[in-house]
Amino acid sequence: MAASAQRTAVAGTARKGGAGHGRSGSLRRDGFWPWLFVGPLLVGVTVFFLWPIAQTAYFSLTHRGVFEGAEFIGFANFTRLLADPALYRSLANTLLYTAIVLASIPIAVYLASLLNRPGLRFASVYRVLYFLPYIAMPTAVAMVWRVIYNGDFGMLNYVLRLFGVDGPYWISTPGYTIVAVGLVGLWSSLGFAMIVFAAGLKNIPPELYEAAELDGATRGRQFRAITVPLLTPSIFFVSVITVIAGLQLFDLLFAILGSANPMLPKSMSLVYFFYREGFIQNDKGYAAAIAIVIFAITGLATLVQFRVQRRWVHSA
Amino acid sequence: MSTANRRGRRARGSNVGAHIVLAAGAVVMAFPFVWQIISSLSSNAEVQSVPPTFWPERLRWENYAEVFHRLPFLDQALTSVTITVLRTVAQLVLCTLAGYAFARMRFRGRGLLLALVLSILMVPSQVYLLSQYQLIQGFGLLNTTAGIVLPGLFSAFGTFLMRTAFLGMPDELEEAARLDGANAFQTFWRVMLPLARPTLSVLAIMTTLWSWNELLWPLVVSTRADKMPLSAGLATLVSDRTIQYPIVMAASVLAIAPILVLFVALQRRVIDGLATSGLK
Repeated sequence: MAASAQRTAVAGTARKGGAGHGRSGSLRRDGFWPWLFVGPLLVGVTVFFLWPIAQTAYFSLTHRGVFEGAEFIGFANFTRLLADPALYRSLANTLLYTAIVLASIPIAVYLASLLNRPGLRFASVYRVLYFLPYIAMPTAVAMVWRVIYNGDFGMLNYVLRLFGVDGPYWISTPGYTIVAVGLVGLWSSLGFAMIVFAAGLKNIPPELYEAAELDGATRGRQFRAITVPLLTPSIFFVSVITVIAGLQLFDLLFAILGSANPMLPKSMSLVYFFYREGFIQNDKGYAAAIAIVIFAITGLATLVQFRVQRRWVHSA
Repeated sequence: MSTANRRGRRARGSNVGAHIVLAAGAVVMAFPFVWQIISSLSSNAEVQSVPPTFWPERLRWENYAEVFHRLPFLDQALTSVTITVLRTVAQLVLCTLAGYAFARMRFRGRGLLLALVLSILMVPSQVYLLSQYQLIQGFGLLNTTAGIVLPGLFSAFGTFLMRTAFLGMPDELEEAARLDGANAFQTFWRVMLPLARPTLSVLAIMTTLWSWNELLWPLVVSTRADKMPLSAGLATLVSDRTIQYPIVMAASVLAIAPILVLFVALQRRVIDGLATSGLK
């Protein structure tokens, strides 16, 4: 889940570092060799990615029934989509989920700063434990979360009851479903953010802390004045990835709720909406339009983050 | 020197607080896994008891045997292993070759082709999923392992990753190999490829993780339970009320286990690889 978002996010950084072709001095000719090297990949990428992308753009302008052929209908899918309450409900759910998962970032910054304390023992044990949820199969961990969230016998409501709180049916009460899934999302992405921040912290020169200490700055002050500002590039990277992954919410929602859950229409995400229209309702033209809207929303969210970045990311 | 010492001693003295916070967090992080294992060894009544049964009356290992009787688990596990191995090997070969050519060879249209491949990275998978499905349907490969595997044999991300690795390597080694009369492939194979080993392992780890855990694509192209990989098999199992909790838990534990074992064995490499791959 998150790994694929990482793939996408890296594309954003691709432009910065990647423009360096045309290295001087090697004006040799490679003849047919390059084609043997790139040929197989290019064929596969064209057939399975580039052509399908173009085709989806065309699909979105057609009506495609299950039996009859395709009919060109211009932008009718998009006008229908923009008037569909399901789009806004799934967008709102997806944004709420993303906001909850983003809360992993401040937590991860704090935990990473603890993890990087000089001379801390068992640091690698902590790293492994926090990282486990990130690599574990989402649909498999969803199974235990279903039990933990169960309104009658779940562990969560048992613990809440110890504090005198009567917990809801997390998975089947519309307002709580996305919160429940969001907390699982937070749990599973925390480790990744932490590891990235821990790596970022290693790059902060220790002299800064020594100087601050000589000036009598407390640990809290050092955290705010040195750690956080110098970590902003990592924080930015993680937040871009987290947003892209958040907008792709599907696995956890599908697996925690179950495909037959009557609450799904109220709790669905954008990608679930796409899946439902494309593969359950079999309205492929409409689903193509949804896919393009997801693309636009993701692009917009990333663009905004890159724009706002200049105001808060500390550049070295 | 003395400053560093002082800081070191002071820090060590007050690490207790850090340990308390980190350990408490670690308990929360690990609890679902522990609870899953406990539930997988309980009876169905124990899983649903109020208050919760923290430790089952006896450990029911037979739940794990039931997984193989009640579910098409073996078929699904085999599919998961097959698609993961095929995709990882294919991406390692194809993306490395293409990434090398894009980074270090000259040919017509290189800039344009590279831009086309990288443009795929900007697009969420839903945009190509519908017509990938139609392609697989057209090939008659729905509900086959080949159908699940095919698109994922090729990766724009992998190509990007490998190209970046090869871009950062010095020209001199390559030139020397050429002067010694090595052809393009020999230069790549003997001189450059060994230098790319760390990035190769990052690509292998990422592809393995993604392929093993991925849900949407296999869910779309396989509708028969015995043809699905584990991720889709578990997700669709939820709607089946006749399957008891402990069996679902045991199946989930078995589905997570291989990746977990791999991770614990290679943890440094996995963590460092994933943490730094995007940052460079």
